[in-house]
Amino acid sequence: MTTLAPDLLPSVSTRPLPARTSVRAARRVGFKVVSAVLVLIAAASVTFFAQLVIPGDRATTILNLQNGREQKWSTAELAPVNDRFGFDHPLIAQYLDYVGGFFKGDLGTSYTQFRPVTSVIGAQIVPSLVLTIGALVVAWIIALVVTLVTVKRGRFVSGAGSSVEAFTASLPHYWVGVILLVVFAVKIPIFPVIGGDGLWGTVLPVLTLAIPLSGFLGQVTRDEFDKVLDQPFIVTARARGMGDTGIRLRHALRHAVLPAITLSGWALGALISGAVIAENIFGRPGIGQVLVTAVNTRDVPTVSGIVLVVAAVYIVANLLVDLAYALVDPRLRAS
Amino acid sequence: MTSVAILSPSVGLHSLARFRARPSTVFSLVIVALVLVAAVAPGLLASGTPTQIDLTNALAPPSWAHPFGTDEAGRDLLTRVIYGTRLSLGIGLGATGIAMSLALVFGFAAGLVGGVLDTVITRVLEVFFAFPALLAALLVIAIFGPSVKTSIVAVGIGSMPGYARMVRGQVINVKQAGYIEAAHALGHSRWKVIRRHLFPNAMRPLVAVMTLGVGQSIVWASSLAFLGLGVPPPSPEWGALLDAGRLYITTSWWLEILPGLVIVLVALAVTSLGRTMQHRLEGASR
Repeated sequence: MTTLAPDLLPSVSTRPLPARTSVRAARRVGFKVVSAVLVLIAAASVTFFAQLVIPGDRATTILNLQNGREQKWSTAELAPVNDRFGFDHPLIAQYLDYVGGFFKGDLGTSYTQFRPVTSVIGAQIVPSLVLTIGALVVAWIIALVVTLVTVKRGRFVSGAGSSVEAFTASLPHYWVGVILLVVFAVKIPIFPVIGGDGLWGTVLPVLTLAIPLSGFLGQVTRDEFDKVLDQPFIVTARARGMGDTGIRLRHALRHAVLPAITLSGWALGALISGAVIAENIFGRPGIGQVLVTAVNTRDVPTVSGIVLVVAAVYIVANLLVDLAYALVDPRLRAS
Repeated sequence: MTSVAILSPSVGLHSLARFRARPSTVFSLVIVALVLVAAVAPGLLASGTPTQIDLTNALAPPSWAHPFGTDEAGRDLLTRVIYGTRLSLGIGLGATGIAMSLALVFGFAAGLVGGVLDTVITRVLEVFFAFPALLAALLVIAIFGPSVKTSIVAVGIGSMPGYARMVRGQVINVKQAGYIEAAHALGHSRWKVIRRHLFPNAMRPLVAVMTLGVGQSIVWASSLAFLGLGVPPPSPEWGALLDAGRLYITTSWWLEILPGLVIVLVALAVTSLGRTMQHRLEGASR
């Protein structure tokens, strides 16, 4: 497939350089990185405009939030707020300030706490990332083990497997979390009900996120396994006398995993939504707690900041997945 | 023979009538029917009223008299769930409607006009995809404050990008179909081709997707309420019931788990119906 003469391939550019694979690969990586940066700029623009659509005057909103009552404020009272938040600058300057600040690690100032959003979020992002990445790993393990064992094992076993996957994939995070909490922390007190910081306290929140995701990933890998196990090279391997387990582990696994790797970037975004809920149920520190408090107090810059950080994590994760994909699949490197 | 094949396949409910009675389909239809009855005439399913307070019987566990138990004011939880159906279903339908309307505008503009507009819209959607739906919804709520209306708009906006991408794909797909070319060749005006052939055929698979979307929207709206940021508690809306039950979670599990179970069952039923419709429609178009 990859030995086609370069002239036979549809040419995308005018090819000023000789079509050496490494050069093209480098160019493609460069292109991906640049477009990821553009998406980051656009994401920052979205959260900037979100702050503009707050109904009413922003300085008035801030003073109302500060004092806990709705009233009119005099120009003298509004002036220091306008100055502090830069509301008196022209819009375009505010915009450039926000987007530029974002790339320097500045997300604006909280409306309710009068300090930088980055310090409000602070180290809270770490426990949330631990939770989401832990859940991603656990979900992958559950999905792979279940599909490896049950796929193409007769109608009953694989049917049961895929029903369980469809069921768990549609479970809302809060329901899984509440059930785990009631069963394994209240009725059978194995795990702490609230505020377990250590590894032990992380088990239930991680499972809360991992169970629905494993159902989802399982549906995808099962489809792939199903397809791969019918391929001629599997038949060849069987003809060579390879055992079924060996075929599943040596040949089918890597093919089945490939398409699902792409989903991991997407899954990270979905997991962070779930993390907000899991942290809320189990009283875990993390950006979920900060976020819910900020939404409750209508602290739009903090909410925007967190949403933007999550979007950035998603964009960067997808970029890495894209690049990793090209590394794992040699077919993509040449095409 | 060939003239029949290039005719635009008609859109109708005839494919629905061919549902084979698979157990999961029957189960889903029963649940959806119950939901519709509860939404239109809750009095038919529940004997009491959702606000009937009985303090001597507060936080009673599930029993024959109260299958879902009672809440902290002794109100019957099952009755409250039944009376909350209308609002929950309304939020699900409203959010899906908003998402789909926006998606139609973006998707048709991108798919029909193509060129630069298509590139711009596709890029913008890519940016929106970077914001997880729940977080996008939370941002909308932070801006406008929690209420029923905000919940609908927030969930609608959060789920819009996925629909828009599908609409665009559909439009581009159908645009290349033989019957569209035939309609143009017959001399029909551009507008008539869009209205009579392109729109209905592009929408057909989307009906199934929207069915799935209603279930998903109900789940998201209830997630927002669970966080205390959706419909506020005195309401029997399903998410609000979850929000109200949070305080008693360590003592009265039924307040969280049973309304949650209803939401899960409804979401599953709607999802399974949507999937069945998808398969039928795909089968019919081949």
